[in-house]
Amino acid sequence: MIAGLAFYLFAFILIASAVMVVTSRNPVYSVLYLILAFFNAAALFLIAGAEFLAMILVIVYVGAVAVLFLFVVMMLDVDFVRMREGFQRYLPVGAVIGGILFLELLLVLGAWRFAADVGDLRLSPTPEGVSNTEALGRIIYTDYIYLFQASGLILLVAMIGAIVLTLRDKPTARRQNVAEQMARSAEVVMAQPALGAGIRREEILRRLPPPEKPAPKPGEHGGHH
Amino acid sequence: MLTIGLGHYLTVGAILFVLGVLGIFMNRKNVIVILMSVELILLAVNLNFVAFSAQLGDLTGQVFAMFILTVAAAEAAIGLAIVVIYYRTRGTIEVDDVSALKG
Repeated sequence: MIAGLAFYLFAFILIASAVMVVTSRNPVYSVLYLILAFFNAAALFLIAGAEFLAMILVIVYVGAVAVLFLFVVMMLDVDFVRMREGFQRYLPVGAVIGGILFLELLLVLGAWRFAADVGDLRLSPTPEGVSNTEALGRIIYTDYIYLFQASGLILLVAMIGAIVLTLRDKPTARRQNVAEQMARSAEVVMAQPALGAGIRREEILRRLPPPEKPAPKPGEHGGHH
Repeated sequence: MLTIGLGHYLTVGAILFVLGVLGIFMNRKNVIVILMSVELILLAVNLNFVAFSAQLGDLTGQVFAMFILTVAAAEAAIGLAIVVIYYRTRGTIEVDDVSALKG
């Protein structure tokens, strides 16, 4: 009873905020409604009994992806009014295609039935007396270990790709010269300066860099600021 | 009515999916909102996976929902990186302006 009411509440807020994501005038509002939608989807996951996935959804989507969207939306100085041009023009096409798609999905939902032996076809049945997180951990690290590692690899590639794409090369950036570093000998030559002579005569003292230009004296600008 | 079954979840998922598709069609100029619509579509898919997983008592659905989550996060990161560098070079993120390959 309570779960049913909660389901309707969260589903309604989820769909309403999804509508606002799509139709919002300002993309910043879209991102905020997207965050609301993710929270409500997490609540729906909780009602379905997928606690781990609900928490992951909140952490990954709200904590990382939505904030990433927010950063990019606020970083780009885009004229959002011009972005809205064509909104009305594409609305009928989108509504027709969306309506057809929704109708098809409803037809599938109405005509489709479970197979008779669906209970025997389960790959990894939910174990009894074990929390959702522990049950997931038991199969992720055993049956699905290759897929799990592959998803980690996907994240690594995405991370490197994002860095490579957005890295701006500064000419003053210092780089590691790998060849020079590899060709360097491992030996360290110890120098023994003569007593009392100082290290200047042994030519092991590094030269100082040339002195920088003297800083302009304050007050040269005529004091206009 | 108040007992929640598979059909309720599938309906919500279908509505969410259609809203995502509608968002892609309506926001033809703003790439960021298109990416957000793609996230909505992936959320609908996840909702279906979790609903079937709960209904059948099979944890595989939740595992795959987790993988979809991973791929969605990677997709968002790469997509937004591409948007940022496109904005840097062209000064706009309108989809209609992305026509350098059109000949």
